Amino acid sequence: MDQNKKLLRIENLVLYFNTTQGPVQAVDGVNFELDANRAVVILGESGCGKSSLAKAILRLLPRNAGAYSGHIYLEGKDIMSLSEEEFRQNIRWAAISMVPQAAMNALNPVIRVGDQVAEPAMIHLGVDKAEAFSLVQKMFQHVGVPADFISRYPFELSGGMRQRVAIAMALVTSPKLIILDEPTSALDVLTQANIFNVLKRIKKELGTSFILITHDIATSSELADDVAVMYAGQIVERADADRFFHEPLHPYSRMLMASVPRLRADQEPEFISGQPPSLISPPTGCRFAERCPLRFAKCDEAPPVFEVDGRKVRCWKYA
Amino acid sequence: MLTQEQVSLNSSSIEREVLLSVRNLRVWFELRRFGFGIVGHVRAVDGVSFDLHRGEAIAVVGESGCGKSSLMRTILGLHRPTEGQVLFEGKDIHALGRDGMRWYRSQVGYVQQDPYGALPPFMNVERILEEPLLIAGVRDRRERQDRIRRVLEEVKLFPVEDYLGKFPHMLSGGQQQRVVIARAMILNPKLIVADEPVSMLDASVRVEILKLLRSLQERHNLAFLYITHDLSTVKYFSERIFVMYAGRLIEKAPIRSLLEHPLHPYTHALLAATSDPDAENARRFKEVPPGEPPSLVKPPNGCRFHPRCNRMIQGLCEVQEPPEFEPYPAHLTSCWLYKE
Repeated sequence: MDQNKKLLRIENLVLYFNTTQGPVQAVDGVNFELDANRAVVILGESGCGKSSLAKAILRLLPRNAGAYSGHIYLEGKDIMSLSEEEFRQNIRWAAISMVPQAAMNALNPVIRVGDQVAEPAMIHLGVDKAEAFSLVQKMFQHVGVPADFISRYPFELSGGMRQRVAIAMALVTSPKLIILDEPTSALDVLTQANIFNVLKRIKKELGTSFILITHDIATSSELADDVAVMYAGQIVERADADRFFHEPLHPYSRMLMASVPRLRADQEPEFISGQPPSLISPPTGCRFAERCPLRFAKCDEAPPVFEVDGRKVRCWKYA
Repeated sequence: MLTQEQVSLNSSSIEREVLLSVRNLRVWFELRRFGFGIVGHVRAVDGVSFDLHRGEAIAVVGESGCGKSSLMRTILGLHRPTEGQVLFEGKDIHALGRDGMRWYRSQVGYVQQDPYGALPPFMNVERILEEPLLIAGVRDRRERQDRIRRVLEEVKLFPVEDYLGKFPHMLSGGQQQRVVIARAMILNPKLIVADEPVSMLDASVRVEILKLLRSLQERHNLAFLYITHDLSTVKYFSERIFVMYAGRLIEKAPIRSLLEHPLHPYTHALLAATSDPDAENARRFKEVPPGEPPSLVKPPNGCRFHPRCNRMIQGLCEVQEPPEFEPYPAHLTSCWLYKE
């Protein structure tokens, strides 16, 4: 397959944070690819580096960022080599936008939601206010916010409506890719189902691609075409959703899947004992070995990525 | 179908002694304009009745704003009911005096949703757990230390010495929640009220904490009121489930019965919206009732769900409030569809 046809290709992406105890290896050599009009879910527990991965892709680095390297190709073009200004003008929000964690509480309380959603359009598309507002209206329609909400303030909207406004804000510049960081974790089930309906419709109607970052395995299946499981700063399994949700490969993915309480099946959920390793001094071998029921001698060495009929897994079992 | 074992479980729960009885409870909050002059009421809890038996676990499921937290806080004695009663072992808890309330608080443990927010950051684990004992008047230092040790072992934080001196920020989310549970357990309560005890935790830890709560419940024959919005966890935990909508319990059922034949259209919607991990999910849209839960200041006439309901009966649902019907044994619902 022509590598340049991929919408997004990430190679050996590294993002460390400097702390007084040493660098935190939040993203440590991440590789993955995403085709146009597809959605990949990054699954992982808190502290596995999944939100840092989102920040690394959008180059939203905090002040204590240390090592930051690797390649991010957007439609074949390496965006890591762009200058800060080029990145801001052409990539951030123009090509890749984001719905941050708890986005519904991230809206400015003293600015009308219509103005907030119009702002990225005016800055990145260079359109005037009237045109931006017509775009806002179009986006509100896509996400299911009533048109007259455009002049309301965030506090006049329910949580679900504010979340839709945040999604509209990410959509307004018609980016190719939207990164969603836990888009529904603070919402009720019915609102959650609603938001996923909205995302599915956007994907179908506008052809947008998504990176969905979440720890909620059950709801992640609502959008996923592909799944990447992240553990201790690394992606340990990468597979298509059909096979992943049916039978994951990596022992961690399997245990994670077994820990999901199910409404429609009578299977007793299991938990994973122990805790993820420190990202300041991760183990030299397999990072999951300490909690893994299947570990054997080989696991003291760091496993490379093995390919199992098209799926990728970082585990010696598949050597 | 119910298995024989479940039937006997259900019937035994009916025969068990009532521990907590909530009778026609209403909790209304006054809405004032400029600090004076009442302009209306927020009817957070509006006519709720149920009995909780000794050793029974009940889950209350509902969306945010349905009044489940107000119900819980009233049971804990933090709000005064506008109308109705909360009876614990036959005593009206809002008529207890100062000493009576102290006794009641030792009988009821509370597990908060956000463990980090629930633990004082300036106290170590030992002090956090000693506090309830001091308030309950356990004078003997030896005894206090013994009980702290025992309760930490019960919530599986061992070796105990490693944890006694730790402050909340030094613990992981799961460990913090264990400390919260230990604090709720330390006075040997008969009832535990748990408000979304696992919603802030990671998937892998969530199950661990639920299993811990269940083992404590079984070992000490504790009654449990488990408040949640996550339907997928309730069946591992409770015997009965109550569905709450706009201040009222619209369906009360043994858990199996509810999962096998949900009755109220709102319950149907909640079940349909809950996902299991399945790649098929991405290929279909979910059916979600239109609109949002009603304002509790001026709830709709008749059935409170009727404006969003796709099975509404014209001329009935929007006029008259549905009473409770019992289409299946011990499975009650307030919906006109089940009128005999």
